[in-house]
Amino acid sequence: MPGLTQARVVQIERDILAKNDDYARRNRARFAAGGVFVLNLVSSPGSGKTSLLVKTITDLKGRYPIAVIEGDQQTANDAQRIRATGAPAIQINTGKGCHLDAHMVGHALEQLPPLTDGLLFIENVGNLVCPAAFDLGEAHKVVVLSITEGEDKPIKYPDMFAAADLLLLNKIDLLPHLDFDLASTIEYARRVNPKIEVLTVSARSGEGLPAFYAWIDKRAAAARAAAKAAE
Amino acid sequence: MHEMALCESVIEIIEREAQQQNFSKVRAVWLEIGALSHVEPEALRFCFSAISRNTIAADARFEIIGVPGEAWCMKCAATVPLVQRYEPCPRCGGHQLQVTAGEELRVKELEVD
Repeated sequence: MPGLTQARVVQIERDILAKNDDYARRNRARFAAGGVFVLNLVSSPGSGKTSLLVKTITDLKGRYPIAVIEGDQQTANDAQRIRATGAPAIQINTGKGCHLDAHMVGHALEQLPPLTDGLLFIENVGNLVCPAAFDLGEAHKVVVLSITEGEDKPIKYPDMFAAADLLLLNKIDLLPHLDFDLASTIEYARRVNPKIEVLTVSARSGEGLPAFYAWIDKRAAAARAAAKAAE
Repeated sequence: MHEMALCESVIEIIEREAQQQNFSKVRAVWLEIGALSHVEPEALRFCFSAISRNTIAADARFEIIGVPGEAWCMKCAATVPLVQRYEPCPRCGGHQLQVTAGEELRVKELEVD
């Protein structure tokens, strides 16, 4: 009959995150070609990510070209703290957004100098929920949890701890002053992710950081070697 | 609220399909959402009603097909149900689990005019 339309069902079968994942693949290919080792740092606000990065860059900048992509809802404060170390930093303000996505990171890359055989740190928006879902093209997600937060964060926010390959327990210098049960935290993290590696560190005292640097060195060397082999 | 960003992606997928498959109105959207995926189905539903306004999917029925979580237990060498990521294997109580289902986040099908 004229004027009547026939409803029909169309199969779609598309991943909702497919577009982000396409951009992430492009970023990852770009990093792989340049031998760039990329970490996506995720945590709740106030875990000490930026302090940890400032210390890490200061200690490693003689050995690698290093750059940082900073994600925050507002302000360029964190990028300014990073630039004070001499490393280039691009600030992405997500406005109302709660996470970085791979498209934003691709844009930021265009503003950074080439980082051949170097390190790129992406400091995600402080949020233990949303950034878990978004691949940015990084080699690893690193979740930073300070020991002034609760021991049960890994089971309260399991998606993030499942998505990360390394857990940095930060502010370990405060341990004598707190009733923080380190063993429980690690046990909770392993319940969610049996393969997660754990390091205890202090951005302030430097305790534990050599182990983090060794963790980076090993993987950055592999990324460089892979890029060379592909040339 | 990353559910907003995810709903924007759903609308983009629908609009691309509308061009390719030649439809102009969406009556229903079926999403497949795993129990261990990164979204809260009710938050997604709420965001979709806001984001779909003034699109071809405005007023579309929003249907969620839940996919239960499942993991491979290395100790038991068996597939076991998993309700939450931090839960132990219901058989042996261990945590040597690899998620094998329940992470789905897909637009499955549409009913269109």
